[in-house]
Amino acid sequence: MSEIFAACSCFGLLMAMGTYQLARAINKRVGKEVCNPLLFATLLCGAVLLGTGTEYDIFYENGGKILEFLLTPATICLAIPLYKQFKLLKKNAGAVLAGCVAGVAAHMAGCALMLFIFHMEAAEYISLLPKSITTAIGKGLSEELGGFPAITMATIMLTGLFGAVAAPPLLKLFRVTEPVSQGLAIGTSSHAAGTSRAVQLGEIQGAASSLAIVVTGLLTVVAAPVFARLV
Amino acid sequence: MKYLQQAVIIAAITFAAEIIKYFVPLPVPASIYGLILLFVLLKTGLLKLGQIEDVGGLLLELMPLLLVPASVSFLTVLDTIQGMLLPVLIMGFIGTTVVMIVTGSVSQWIIRRSGKEKGHE
Repeated sequence: MSEIFAACSCFGLLMAMGTYQLARAINKRVGKEVCNPLLFATLLCGAVLLGTGTEYDIFYENGGKILEFLLTPATICLAIPLYKQFKLLKKNAGAVLAGCVAGVAAHMAGCALMLFIFHMEAAEYISLLPKSITTAIGKGLSEELGGFPAITMATIMLTGLFGAVAAPPLLKLFRVTEPVSQGLAIGTSSHAAGTSRAVQLGEIQGAASSLAIVVTGLLTVVAAPVFARLV
Repeated sequence: MKYLQQAVIIAAITFAAEIIKYFVPLPVPASIYGLILLFVLLKTGLLKLGQIEDVGGLLLELMPLLLVPASVSFLTVLDTIQGMLLPVLIMGFIGTTVVMIVTGSVSQWIIRRSGKEKGHE
C-alpha cells in the first residue's frame, strides 16, 4: 500500500484536504461543530499512515509540503484583520496590552515552574515556551530557539483545542463578562483555534481575539528568547 | 487576473520578509517580519486593502488546513514526547486556563476602571 502512495504525487495533499473537508461536511450535516476539522484531519491522516505502514516523509513530500509552504504567507496576512480592527485596538489599547502582557507573563512563569519541577532538558523546556501562540509563529520560534518543533506543535494543538472547547464555561466561571476581555482571554491563551470559538460568541469577541493572537505572538517572540536563557 | 496580481503581491512581501530574516540575526520567523511589513504598507496607504484582500482572505480562511501536515508530524515524535507527556498535558490544560483567566481579569479590570473614570467626567 505504501508503495502505491509513494508513487502518487498528490497523496498527501488529497489526504489532508479530503479529511479536512470531510470534517466540515459532517459539521454542516449535523448543524453544529461536532468535530474540529484540524483535529479530525490530523487524527485520520495519522491513522491511515500508521495503518498502512506509510512513512510520514511520503505524506509530506507527496503534497503535504505544498500546504505547509503556504503557512508563511497566510500568517503574514494576519496583518489584514489587524489593520481592519486597528480602531478597536487603539480605543482599548491599555486593556489589550496589559491583558496580553499579563497572560504572556503568566505563561512564561508557568514554563519556568515546570522547568524546576520536572528538571527538563533545555530543548524540552524551550519547546513549551511558544505554546500559546499561533502555530506558524510557534513552530518557527521553537526551531529558532533550539526546541523540538514537533513537541511545540503537539502542545499548541492541545492548547488550541482545549481553549476552543473550554473557554465559554471557564470565562463564565471566573466572571469575565466584558466582550473585549473575553476575546483577549481566548486569543492570548489559545490562538487561532480558540479564536474560531470566540467568533461564535460575538463580533467583538472575535475581533479582540484576532488582535490578541497578533499581540501575544509579538510579545512571545520578544519574551521567549529571554526565558530560553534560563537553561 | 486580479487573483494572480494579489498572489504576486503577497509572494513579494513573503520574499521581502525572508530577505529581512536572512540579514537580521534575531530568532524571529520570517512570518513576523512579513506581518509587520504588510501592516505598515497598509497603514501608510502604499498598499490598498483591495489589492490583497481576496487572496489574503482565502489564505486566512485556509489556515487550519495549512497546519494539517505539521500536525500529522506528531507521528514522528511519539517516541520523543513520551517522556514529556505530563508537562505537555499540564501546560495544555492548567497552563491554558491560568493564562485565559489572567488575561481576561486584568483587561476587564482596566476596561471597567476607565469606564468609571469617564462616568465621573
